[in-house]
Amino acid sequence: MCCLSKEKTMRVTIDADALRSDIRDKSVKVLDIRKEEDYKQGHIPGAINFPLSNLLADDSPDKVVQYAQSFGIDDETPVVVYDDTFGALASRVAWTLQYIGHEDISLLDITFGTWKKLGLETSVEPPSLGKKTHSLKLQPEILATAEYLMPAKEKGAVLVDNRERLNFLEHHIPGAINIPYRMLASNQNVLRPKEELKRLIQNRNISPGSEVITYCGSVGTLSGLGYYALKSIGMENVKLYVRSFKEWNSLEKPIEKQNDANYWDLSAE
Amino acid sequence: MSKTSLSQSKPDNLPKPKINWAKVEESEKFAEMVKLFRQGKINRDDFRRFRLQHGAYGSRMTDDYSMIRIKIPAGEVYPEQIEKIAELSESFSIGNAHVSTRQNFQLHWVALEDVSEVMRGLTEVGLTSREACGNTVRNVMCSPIAGVCPDEIFDPTPYAMAATRFLLRNPMNQSLPRKFKINFTCCEKHGMARIADIGLIPHKVEVNGKSQNGFKIFLGGGLGAQSFVGHHLEEFTSDEDLLYTIISVIRVYDRMGNRENMARNRMRYLVNELGWEKFQNIVLKERAVVRATQSVVIKLELDKTSEVLRKVSISSEMPSHPTGFPRWLKTNAVKQKQPGFSIAFLTLESGDVTANQLRIIADIAREFSAEGRIRNGFAQDIVFRWVRDEDLPKLYARLLEAGLANPGALTMASVIGCSGTTSCNLALTNSHRLAKEVQRKFLELKLDEDDDLRDSTIKISGCPNSCGQHEIATIGFYGGGGRLGKDMYPLYTMSLGGRADEKAMLGLICMKVPTKRVIPTIIKIVEIFKSEKRPGETLDSWVHRIIDGNGGPNVKSLNDIKELLKPVVVAPTIDQDKDFYVDYGNDGSYHAKTGRGECAA
Ligand code: SF4
Repeated sequence: MCCLSKEKTMRVTIDADALRSDIRDKSVKVLDIRKEEDYKQGHIPGAINFPLSNLLADDSPDKVVQYAQSFGIDDETPVVVYDDTFGALASRVAWTLQYIGHEDISLLDITFGTWKKLGLETSVEPPSLGKKTHSLKLQPEILATAEYLMPAKEKGAVLVDNRERLNFLEHHIPGAINIPYRMLASNQNVLRPKEELKRLIQNRNISPGSEVITYCGSVGTLSGLGYYALKSIGMENVKLYVRSFKEWNSLEKPIEKQNDANYWDLSAE
Repeated sequence: MSKTSLSQSKPDNLPKPKINWAKVEESEKFAEMVKLFRQGKINRDDFRRFRLQHGAYGSRMTDDYSMIRIKIPAGEVYPEQIEKIAELSESFSIGNAHVSTRQNFQLHWVALEDVSEVMRGLTEVGLTSREACGNTVRNVMCSPIAGVCPDEIFDPTPYAMAATRFLLRNPMNQSLPRKFKINFTCCEKHGMARIADIGLIPHKVEVNGKSQNGFKIFLGGGLGAQSFVGHHLEEFTSDEDLLYTIISVIRVYDRMGNRENMARNRMRYLVNELGWEKFQNIVLKERAVVRATQSVVIKLELDKTSEVLRKVSISSEMPSHPTGFPRWLKTNAVKQKQPGFSIAFLTLESGDVTANQLRIIADIAREFSAEGRIRNGFAQDIVFRWVRDEDLPKLYARLLEAGLANPGALTMASVIGCSGTTSCNLALTNSHRLAKEVQRKFLELKLDEDDDLRDSTIKISGCPNSCGQHEIATIGFYGGGGRLGKDMYPLYTMSLGGRADEKAMLGLICMKVPTKRVIPTIIKIVEIFKSEKRPGETLDSWVHRIIDGNGGPNVKSLNDIKELLKPVVVAPTIDQDKDFYVDYGNDGSYHAKTGRGECAA
C-alpha cells in the first residue's frame, strides 16, 4: 500500500490526453495559476483560478489548507496544476500543496498557451467548487531554510540555482551549481523527457541518491520547476529553498560571484 | 504520437542542409571526457587539447564554462539550424548567440558539463563545433555574397564546401603547429584573401581556347601580435590543382612550422623566416610530389547540382514605406548580379543576437529569400540574399519589429568588437561593449549616411591579438592599460589606414587613446578629415594620401593628426574624473587582469 501511494506521488506530470479523460470522468481538480484576467478569457474546462499572487500573499500552512478545502480538494483528490509561465508558477503551487501533505498532485506537462495552440477545448464557465475537508500533515523533508543550507552542503548536499546563467554568474549562494530553468524544458513540454533530464544530471556527476536543494531568485517558482524536474527522474531527497536568493541576500549571508568578466555586455537586449 | 502534438505549418519547399557535418559519437565522447577530467583521471593539458579540438574554449578566468564555436562553412546556414542554435542558447548559454568575424556562431558561458548537450543538439541539424578551435584548419570562409556578387568571375562556394568536406576530421589536420585559416572570396573587392594562411580569389584563364576555372592563391597572411599580408603563389592555380595546393601548404607547414615558440608558430612566421621565395619553392615542389602520389585517390567533391530557387511571394499591400526605410536601403542593401534581386545586410551590435531574434531571422529567410537560408558575413553580420527588390520595404518592416533594422551595415557605423573582457581570458579591455557604444554614437549622429565615411571601417580588439581585426581597419584599436601616477586606466592603441582589399596593408600605429576618449577621438578625426578633404575624397582615401606622404599644408603626416588629437586624449586625475578610470561595463577602477590564453594550447 505504501509503495502504491509512493508510485502515485511519482506522477510528476500528466499529459493533455490523460487530463482530458480525467476531466471527463470528473475525477480531478484542476488549478489554473494564471492571473484572474487571463483566466476569465478562457481556461481548461472545470479549472479553478488560483493566481500565484493569492498564494504568495499568505502561504502559511493553515491558509493553504483553507484554500484546498474551499476548492473542494480533500486528502484523496487528484489535483493538476497549470500556468502559462513554463510550469514554474504551477510548480510552486504544487510544491506548497505537497508541503501541507497532499500527495496526489501533478503538473500539466504543457502550458496553457500550448494547450490553446493545440486547439484543445477551453471554457469561460466558472467551475463548481463544493467545500471539502483536508488534513494538515506537514512535510518538512521537502523544505529547506536558510539555516539548513550550509550544514547540509557540508554533509554533501548539492545546491542547485535555477536562475538564468547571467544572474547566476553575477551572484549566487557559495558552492551552488547552476541549472537554469530553461534547461529543464523541451520545445513543447514544461519538462524534458526523463532520459534527457537524467543525462543532464549524470553529466554533472550528481548521483541519484544525493540530497539536492533547489533555489531561485525570490519566491521559489523557477526552483519549484527545478524541484519537480529532479522528482520526475526519481530522485528522492529533493528540497526547495522556497525563500530563495532574495531572503539569502537580505540576511546578508555570504555570496559568490564570477569576478573580472563583463558577461552582461554579451547580451543583445 | 498522440493527436495533441504540435504540427508545424511551415512551407514545404524549403531547402534542407546539403551536408551533414556532425558526428553524434563526438558528443558522447565529450561527456565522458568531462567526467574523467572532473574525477582527475585526465590531466588538465590533455583535456584542454581535447576540448579545443571539439570547439570549446575556456571562459574568462574560469574553465568551468566554455565558449562553444559552431562552425558554419562558407557562412551558409539554414533556418532549422538557426532555430536550433536559438534553442541551445536559451537552454545552455545566456539566451544570446554571437556571430564571429569568421562566419561562426558562438555560444558563451556554457557550463562545461553541458557542452556535450550542445554538441548533441547541433548534430540534430547537421552542425558541428569540431575543429573550430585548437591547432586545426578552422572554419573555411567564403564571401557571404559569393554567387550573387556583381564583380565575381564564378561562385567559389562549392569549392569552399568541398575543401571543408575534405579537411574536416582529416588526420592531416589534427595537430598542426597552430591554427590554420582558409578564406575564399568572390572578387578582389570583397573579402579577406590576403590576411589568411591560404586566401583564394576566383580567376579564369583561357587554356588552348578553353576557359579554365581556378584561383589566385595568397599564402602566409594573417593578423596577430605581428601581422603579414599574404604572398601571391603563382599567376594562376587551376581548380584541378586546388586541393593539391591546399594539401601541400598544410603538409609543409605541419613539417616545418615552429612548434616550440607559441608566439611565432603561425604559418606567416615560417614564411617570413624562410623568405617568400624559398617557401614558395618548397610548396611548389611539395605539390609536384602530392600530385604524383595522390592523384588517383583524392578529388574535391564539388557539388555541381544547380540551385533551385523557390518562388517567394509576399503579399505586397504596403500603404507607405516605413520610416527609416530610405536610410536603411541606402546603407544596408545592394543589388545582386541577378536582376530583380537584392542582398540585405543585417548589422548586429558586436555580433550579438538574441534567441528570439534568431527565430525571426529564420522565419525571414524562409519567407523572403529565394534560396531559403542565410549567410553569416565577415563583419559579425548576417546576410539575406535572393530577396526580390520589391520585397525590401516589407523585409525592413519585419526587421524593425524585431529590433534588427539598425542602418549602417555597409558603412563605418558597423563597428567590429572582439569578445574582450566579456569572455576572453586574454582581454585587457571591454572591446565588445566599446564597439557597441561607438556604433550607437555613429547612428545617433547619423554618420552612417555620410558617403565620405562609407568605405571606412572601425575595428576594436581587447588586446594586441587581432580577433577584432583592428589592423585592417581604417581606424583600429587594441586594448591595454595606462597609468597616471599610481592610478590605472583602460586605453587603446590606435592605428590608421589598414585595409584588406587588393591594396591590403596593415594600419600604422598612431597613438594611445584612453578608453573613455575613443569616441571623441574618432569624431575629431572625422572633423579634421572634413576640413582637409579634397572633393570626392573619402576618409579612407584621405588617410592613405597622408600615409603616402601627399598630405595637405595643415596635415602632412600621421604625426600632424596626432598633434591635433593630443588635447582630446589628455588624462585627467582620478579626482577630476573618476569615470575616466573605469572601463565600460564595470563599476570599480580599472585593473588589467588576464588568464591563460588558449589559442595555442
Ligand atoms: S583580440 Fe585579445 S581580447 Fe579580443 S578575443 Fe582576441 S585574444 Fe581576446
